[in-house]
Amino acid sequence: MADTFTTTFDQAQSYVGTRTVRPDGLDKVTGRARFAADFDLPGQLVGRVLRSPHPHARIVSIDTSKAEALPGVKAVITRDDFPDQSSEFVPAGEMMMNYRDVVRNVLAREKVLYEGHAVAAVAATSVAIAKKALKLIDVTYEVLPHVIEVREAMAPNAPLLHEDLFTVGVEPKPDRPSNVAKRIEIGHGDIDAGFAKADVVVEREFNTAPVHQGYIEPHAALASTSEDGSAEIWCTTQGHFIVRAHCARLLGMDIGKVRVTASEIGGGFGGKTVVYLEPLAVALSKKAKRPVKMVMSREEVFKSSGPTSGANVKVKIGAKKDGTFVAAWAELKYQAGAFQGSPVQPGVMCAFAPYDIENVKVIGYDVVSNRPKVAAYRAPGAPISEFAVESVVDEIAKKLDIDPVELRLQNAAHEGTKAAYGPKFGPIGLEETLRSVKKTDHYTTPLQPWQGRGVASGFWFNIGGETCVSITVNEDGTVSLMAGTPDIGGLRASLANVAADELGVPYDKVRPIIGDTGSVGFNFLTGGSRSAFSGSMAVVEAAKQIKDDLCRRAAKLWEMQPDQVEFVNGYVKPIKENDKAKPMSVADMAKVAGKTGGPIGGVGRINAQGAGPSFGTHLVDVEVDPETGRVTILRYTMAQDAGKALHPSYVEGQFQGGAAQGIGWALNEEYIYGPDGKLQNAGFLDYRMPVASDVPMIDAIIVEVPNPRHPYGVRGVGETPIVPPMAAIGNAIEQATGIRFSELPMSPPKVLKALKEKGLNKPVTGTGTNGGSGKHKH
Amino acid sequence: MAKHHVTATVNGDEVEFLCETEETLLDVLRDQLHLTGSKEGCSSGDCGACSVTLDGRLVCSCLVLGCEVGGRSIQTIEGMAAGERLHPLQQKFLEHAALQCGICTPGFLVAGKALLDRNREPTETEIRYWLAGNLCRCTGYDKIVKAVMDTAAEMRRG
Repeated sequence: MADTFTTTFDQAQSYVGTRTVRPDGLDKVTGRARFAADFDLPGQLVGRVLRSPHPHARIVSIDTSKAEALPGVKAVITRDDFPDQSSEFVPAGEMMMNYRDVVRNVLAREKVLYEGHAVAAVAATSVAIAKKALKLIDVTYEVLPHVIEVREAMAPNAPLLHEDLFTVGVEPKPDRPSNVAKRIEIGHGDIDAGFAKADVVVEREFNTAPVHQGYIEPHAALASTSEDGSAEIWCTTQGHFIVRAHCARLLGMDIGKVRVTASEIGGGFGGKTVVYLEPLAVALSKKAKRPVKMVMSREEVFKSSGPTSGANVKVKIGAKKDGTFVAAWAELKYQAGAFQGSPVQPGVMCAFAPYDIENVKVIGYDVVSNRPKVAAYRAPGAPISEFAVESVVDEIAKKLDIDPVELRLQNAAHEGTKAAYGPKFGPIGLEETLRSVKKTDHYTTPLQPWQGRGVASGFWFNIGGETCVSITVNEDGTVSLMAGTPDIGGLRASLANVAADELGVPYDKVRPIIGDTGSVGFNFLTGGSRSAFSGSMAVVEAAKQIKDDLCRRAAKLWEMQPDQVEFVNGYVKPIKENDKAKPMSVADMAKVAGKTGGPIGGVGRINAQGAGPSFGTHLVDVEVDPETGRVTILRYTMAQDAGKALHPSYVEGQFQGGAAQGIGWALNEEYIYGPDGKLQNAGFLDYRMPVASDVPMIDAIIVEVPNPRHPYGVRGVGETPIVPPMAAIGNAIEQATGIRFSELPMSPPKVLKALKEKGLNKPVTGTGTNGGSGKHKH
Repeated sequence: MAKHHVTATVNGDEVEFLCETEETLLDVLRDQLHLTGSKEGCSSGDCGACSVTLDGRLVCSCLVLGCEVGGRSIQTIEGMAAGERLHPLQQKFLEHAALQCGICTPGFLVAGKALLDRNREPTETEIRYWLAGNLCRCTGYDKIVKAVMDTAAEMRRG
């Protein structure tokens, strides 16, 4: 990896593709950057939430009178403060949600559906008074039987979460409600004929645990309302325009009267695409007529926000002796949490996306149970289904004695492949990522006993969507750039690189900020790996308007026609050299802005189309400790197609961060419930995310197969990195131990148990494997 | 109960504050002294986002009570740069892109500096174990560890 660092460029140089220092960096290394919990307002109250102690109960009554009477309590809100919503699905990140459910998730109405479900909220003059007030709220519950696991929730006699939930997508329409919200099916070809042609068929069943996005910054919101019906909100979110829309809808306010400022965001990964505290803070502020600040505790974050689905997945793949895949089938059952809307749809669509297979069928079920409603998590749905598929692919490689990378190359999707989910792929980089990892010395380095090497590929669609960026050329020639998608991982640096190149100005003369909802046009949220992709397209559009305008202005100054003037490398100049018309820089033009038509600026307003899918391949070495069952990640190499890396450091950052999250998902992270339906590990000590000593350096190889539908060739990169790790690690453990793990996480107790069952739980020598060949030698 | 009256030194400046018994040093830093660079990620000492030094010792400020710090010296992220001159570790974090969202960054910088103050030549393994009390969910730690290694090398060169 090149760690080049550059501070200054001359104007002819290009910034795109270089490692500029992020404009927001200084504030972040000095503690000055303001995250959501860092905002305060005069007269502000403390807001706190009362949460359900039960996984499932009917709310008989809520009596807030004692709390309201407590001195220092300025407002108490319950379900009665929110009008009910009719059924209407709207996008939530890359998933869908229903307003009827959103209003029930922010404050329970008829029933509480999971431990931690919000029931009421208070605003008080101090934390101590707010906590005391919560204890004074008297909620009478009629406790109901609960169901946690997905297969149990699908059983005919399972406790019902929603009496009005009838499975969609089955014929005939069911006459009884169930916990299965939806059945979906995609595919092409003839699955039976396909399997009939197969020489080898592998069918396996897998279970994955729900995992939390694990952002370090808890949800937080500060709201201030006015008697004229307007509201201001400062919060940590991946999409402040979405917060605005949801708060306006839930509280019956005009969208134009709600102004939301996204604070610096301390991680999101999909988990901050929905609202939890924001509507409560607004409702409390309206009632108290004072600003209200609310911050979740880590326990609340675990119990009441996120996570992504746990799932049960069956996969069956048939291959010819030569390795050609001839048929693929999968059945996915995803937990949605308390309300419908698991990421099973993308899970279904992604399952076999990396492969060119003639006959495919994938079935998915969206299943509710008494857990927090799932939220998007990095490539939502895909890591689960692709984990199962890539594990089976590995098994086929072993059965047929074909190198796992070669088998993937043989079946890899490429330009023109009809994807399992429908469309034909354009240019894609899966084969390049496979070849890249195979070329590394990592692939052939010998392994020791108890060590194994695994490989897996992954896919994510990426999205575009509504995006608005405004660029202003200031009086002194500096450039203000305003985007409206929160910057989580280097967006401002990436967009500033593009703006500097487009306008031919030095990088450090471009100041990018994230505007509030009143300052820039509508933006869909940061999600779907869209913010750099769509944002840079909008920057190009805004810059084009400025360049065209500067040409018109210069033409007027020079008494020429606009088409006799061009913009090249930061200068307007006559196309044919002319003594009376000396080229003028953007700064020169800024000086005469008043004389040539007034303020200079452009606004890129687009609905970005043509997001290019990103494929990745990961290669991992593990060592299994036969005494403890602990799996150590020894070495990690990953290659992924970025199309074009606007800022390589932050592309690598996405790669490495996604891989580390995948390592956590593979080896340790899980929601653990007791028989009482309560979460037992709602803290970072027991919900074990990877720390620095759990991971090695993660070698990131950026593959660049340009996306023809983006001016710079960019593809989204943020999500694909979390897709391959679980299978790559499972495949490596299989090579090290001969045991195929079908349950995530592959945590020490599970690994040790499996080793014991095979009589392998003692340190032994000489049973190791050799690298690269993919052959297991136990 | 009456509040505690506490006098301490924060980033070289004498400060005094009143705090409740149960208020943590982190609460005091953020809510009373308005030093919000130290972050609350868990308030159980598991994430390290609130790392500060107390008389030179690295601690989670969420695990220290405000009323415990009387007469003691606290260094926070806000005191790490010398005026306009960044500490070399802050500079290397910028150069290596060792941060994405930045919420964990103050804690990593305080913890990383505490390591470099003790060990001029830490190995990668020593860095990884020293920083194991700080959670980062964005970076996979790669660029953070490289930034610390590079800082150590540069500080040795002088």
